[in-house]
Amino acid sequence: MANADCIVIQGSNMAECHPVGYQWVAEAKARGAKVIHVDPRFTRTSAVADKHIPIRAGSDVVLLGALINYVITHDLWFKEYVSAYTNAATLVHADYRDAEDLGGLFSGFDPETGAYDTASWSYAEQGGGTIDDPGVGTEHGADASARAAGHQFGSGGPPLEHAQVQRDDTLQDPRTVFQILKRHYARYTPEMVQDMCGIDVTDFEYLAHAITENSGRERTTCFAYSVGWTQHSLGAQFIRSAAILQLLLGNVGRPGSGIMALRGHASIQGSTDIPTLFNLLPGYLPMPSAGRHDTLSEYLESIASKKQKGYWADADSYTISLLKAWWGDAARAENDWAYDYLPRLNGAHGTYETVMAMLEDKVEGYFLLGQNPAVGSSNGRMQRLGMSHLKWLVVRDLNLIESATWWKDGPEIESGELRTEDIETEVFFMPAATHVEKAGSFTQTQRLLQWRHQAVAPPGECQSELQFFFQLGQRIREKLASSDDERDRPLLDLSWDYPTDEHGDPDAEAVLAEINGRHLNGPDAGKPLSAYTELRADGSTSAGCWIYTGVYADGINHAANRKPGQEQGPAASEWGWAWPANRRILYNRASADPAGKPWSERKKYIWWDQEQGRWVGDDVPDFPVDRAPGSQPDPDLGGAAALTGDDPFIMQADGKGWLFAPKGVVDGPLPTHYEPQESPVANALYPQQQNPARLVFPRADNLSAPSAGTPGADVYPYVFTTYRLTEHHTAGGMSRWLPYLSELQPEMFCEVSPELAAERGLEPYGWATIISPRSAIEARVLITERMTPLEVGGHTVHQIGLPYHWGVGTDAVVSGDAANDLLGVTLDPNVQIQESKVASCDIRPGRRPRGAELLALVAEYQARAGTTSETGNRRVTDPAAEGVRPDPGENGRTDGGSR
Amino acid sequence: MGQLSGPTDPTADAHWEHQQPRKGFFTDTSICIGCKACEVACKEWNHNPSDGNLELLGSSYDNTGALGANTWRHVAFIEQGQERITEARESGRALVNLGMPGIGPPGAAAPTGPDLAEVDTTPPDTADFRWLMSSDVCKHCTHAGCLDVCPTGALFRTEFGTVVVQDDVCNGCGTCVAGCPFGVIERRSDGTAVVAAQREDQHAEHPAVPNVGVAQKCTLCYDRLVADEAPACAKACPTTSIKFGNHDDMVETARERVAGLHAQGLTEARLYGANELDGVGGTGSVFLLLDEPEVYGLPPDPRVPTADLPQMYRRAGMAVAGMVAAAAVAFLGGRA
Repeated sequence: MANADCIVIQGSNMAECHPVGYQWVAEAKARGAKVIHVDPRFTRTSAVADKHIPIRAGSDVVLLGALINYVITHDLWFKEYVSAYTNAATLVHADYRDAEDLGGLFSGFDPETGAYDTASWSYAEQGGGTIDDPGVGTEHGADASARAAGHQFGSGGPPLEHAQVQRDDTLQDPRTVFQILKRHYARYTPEMVQDMCGIDVTDFEYLAHAITENSGRERTTCFAYSVGWTQHSLGAQFIRSAAILQLLLGNVGRPGSGIMALRGHASIQGSTDIPTLFNLLPGYLPMPSAGRHDTLSEYLESIASKKQKGYWADADSYTISLLKAWWGDAARAENDWAYDYLPRLNGAHGTYETVMAMLEDKVEGYFLLGQNPAVGSSNGRMQRLGMSHLKWLVVRDLNLIESATWWKDGPEIESGELRTEDIETEVFFMPAATHVEKAGSFTQTQRLLQWRHQAVAPPGECQSELQFFFQLGQRIREKLASSDDERDRPLLDLSWDYPTDEHGDPDAEAVLAEINGRHLNGPDAGKPLSAYTELRADGSTSAGCWIYTGVYADGINHAANRKPGQEQGPAASEWGWAWPANRRILYNRASADPAGKPWSERKKYIWWDQEQGRWVGDDVPDFPVDRAPGSQPDPDLGGAAALTGDDPFIMQADGKGWLFAPKGVVDGPLPTHYEPQESPVANALYPQQQNPARLVFPRADNLSAPSAGTPGADVYPYVFTTYRLTEHHTAGGMSRWLPYLSELQPEMFCEVSPELAAERGLEPYGWATIISPRSAIEARVLITERMTPLEVGGHTVHQIGLPYHWGVGTDAVVSGDAANDLLGVTLDPNVQIQESKVASCDIRPGRRPRGAELLALVAEYQARAGTTSETGNRRVTDPAAEGVRPDPGENGRTDGGSR
Repeated sequence: MGQLSGPTDPTADAHWEHQQPRKGFFTDTSICIGCKACEVACKEWNHNPSDGNLELLGSSYDNTGALGANTWRHVAFIEQGQERITEARESGRALVNLGMPGIGPPGAAAPTGPDLAEVDTTPPDTADFRWLMSSDVCKHCTHAGCLDVCPTGALFRTEFGTVVVQDDVCNGCGTCVAGCPFGVIERRSDGTAVVAAQREDQHAEHPAVPNVGVAQKCTLCYDRLVADEAPACAKACPTTSIKFGNHDDMVETARERVAGLHAQGLTEARLYGANELDGVGGTGSVFLLLDEPEVYGLPPDPRVPTADLPQMYRRAGMAVAGMVAAAAVAFLGGRA
């Protein structure tokens, strides 16, 4: 980021929520970069940006789509880059119908399942067919949604059965991606931005000029986002639209370019790489699904085809090396490397679906590790009531967080919905070691692993996660030691031997070495691997996470490398270790032109050295190092061998950056604006109001506010958005117990504009009650010009800001009502993230009622709005206008939520 | 004793044999992100008690209010509309055109560049709103009022030219509190909560509050300086808004920065404490502000009480002489 000439921070409050990372923005600004912050609120990020542009929460695709349209219509796209490095010239199958043609739906929508059959979005194949998914055929969108298949693309794109695409390099064929893109965004105009986002044309042009003037051969623009983009019912599409824009401007794979996904905690990136997710195995290998991935070969074929391009074609090596790391000698060729030891997914098991299953008494026990869902998850009441159905609950945390105490001091105890003596859940609290009391690595936003040494031993009974799980595994294995039940084999055969220190804490470096992987036989047996390209599918290598292979090369913990940046080259390769292969910029082949020369002296990074016959430069080249720029290998070779000299996107199945996504995105191949689940604004672009493929849960405990144009919409007339402050950490478990942090932001508050305060009679720093269809909370009132009423679609939209750090309990230094109690559960269909950045509410002066009166207040609002479990949950807004069969949801039945 | 006002080297005045270069801060508020890491790092390092009553203060995102016995770094948050921004820009511009008496001694005044009166300094992006953030700290004055009035010698000038309280010498008389022109130093009351140094003590009923009743203020992390470490606040600052180093370098960096901002048309930028001709002989902690000092709660023209000592003695002397003369006249008159 420090090398960027322009930085657009949108969907993120970077200075507040990522203050340490913000040093790179500050450095870029000191070098003369322009910094623009697009956000519903004027925040501490806006305060140090060159410009703040207020936007209506949830309307970002309109703005980004209009920028795409601006770049195309003003002929400002980076032609050499786009033509060579993206799929602009690729032809899409003739059956494809765009949202422009179908009133906001793409071809293939199935109102029965509320999901798309994505086959018609495929690339065209020679002879009129489509280039399908490899293996067992195209997965239906509904199945892909259920397993949040989008997570799988954390280190590369979706698979294709082969990469022999059809191209029209003149970009004139109406079926080229470029022409489809151009048509799709033609109605995303500055005027539409004004109408939908509340951003006037002058501000739009300021932004458009800033990014286009700072893109091209000589200059680069960088985008940064975080959960302000992801936590929407079409969150993945927000980021896709920025990716399209950046590809058109040539801002991927170059210094100061790209889209920086800011991760919210010290190692959230690490916990997706080596996942704590229900649907992933390490290194973005999918968790097998029952029925679809019954055998190893079915599983491997579905991950990638041997005929597609790039390094995912070697997924068999990555998978079998993982199985060898986990099950050692028990993983043999004759038992398919113990593939059947892996569990299978049999449906949607995301965090929200698990909580709903708890309410149906389908879940007995629950581990909460560094998570405080009683405060931090949407629809907090559902979370707490769900936990009250458990038989046992283990909370491992630094403090007695609300998720460990809801049974005695939670909001439902106060409201009378729960009585402590009736709750049968047995709650175990296990004190946890802090980050300075244990060794290990953090993987941060930029995929950099940084080692953390233990500074002091944990006090009392506090333990590291490593020790806790190591001992838990040991105890379970001891209990099962005499078992001859087949189902216990995976546990008993597991490699589970780590050296420990005198306190019994396993050596974290030994775990890192296992993750890195080893040669298992031959002269190098036992030696650490140096690169993932050394992995083999014949059982001769092991690796616990293939993308991390190399972090322990030569037996050295490279995550602990600490050579200061000023003592080394521009990529600072000797500070920490970045996956994969210690590359600091992904896809950096794109930093040179198709002939292998840097686009400009100013932005040179990796280039082809003709004399040496290899790629050289400041970073580890992200390309086969001796593949010459003009190479045209036989496409039938498949894999990395089939990459041409100008295929920089080596983890994409066709080697190109995807403007149009023929696979992998379940709610449309091109980002399309839909309104949030709850919105006071009607979608001006399409008859379709909300994302038709969003995951809805029509339940009495998850009611939605009516949206614009439906009766009752005026009962919850205001938009609210939730967020974090610098002073606290998420649901407060690491900050509200610390007096130094608590005193800095002691009380729950809401931020409102002077105009809204006047409209509702709110007093500065007095109390207000905020009511949504789920709950009502109270907060102190900060009246500030940092909140701006927006003129949208002919009327004024007021937005209310709610930090979500506080929770109801008695153990913390500071407590307060939890903003997340106001939110409902509606999910993005690609990754199952909740829509927590935008919803509808009312606000009025004074404190909220207590006890049963609180429930009465919420019910009174629900009755006045006439909201039922059907409200807002219809898939297709207007079937007649959108060319599909009538939606069964219209007749009082909905199809959602049953998956 | 050294001189009582005007430019001087305070360390030399204090007669240190092996003096170090004078150390100080340059706090560039134009790049402060208001994260308050400085406040927390300061309290952590110095084991200072927290001192809020855990209620919103009613002052934007500021909930610690001011510098005091426990809060030795304090971040102010000021929300301003367009009218005030224009005024700040104009008042700053006036300083520039007048040779900027507020930002440095004559001749050496920044900016050394062209007279901005002739230049189009319309800033590229005129904001209609801004949110100022500024981390305040003890000024470690060249002529320190607190030190000069301390009757016990508890306050002393270090070899780094900074001003530090010796907790075990201070008798809590409070004279220094009135002597500080910035309202920085304060006696610690006992009505505060302390933070346990150990996690085991976290929930102890009444952890001991150190140095109750004693005057407390920023030491510029004297205990870190002697170990060749930067002060905790500067170390924690993610954007280098708080810079630490030799005072001369800090002043020079500050002048370059303000000149750079002026060249961009941001004439509201000005330095505070960099003028050694001011009422405290310049400060060890230099600031770049984006509005007039009063906006940040800083006195516009701070003056150390002892600066007036010579004049006071002169006047007292004249009064004595006058009284002696009057007595003599009365005596002589009586004789007559």
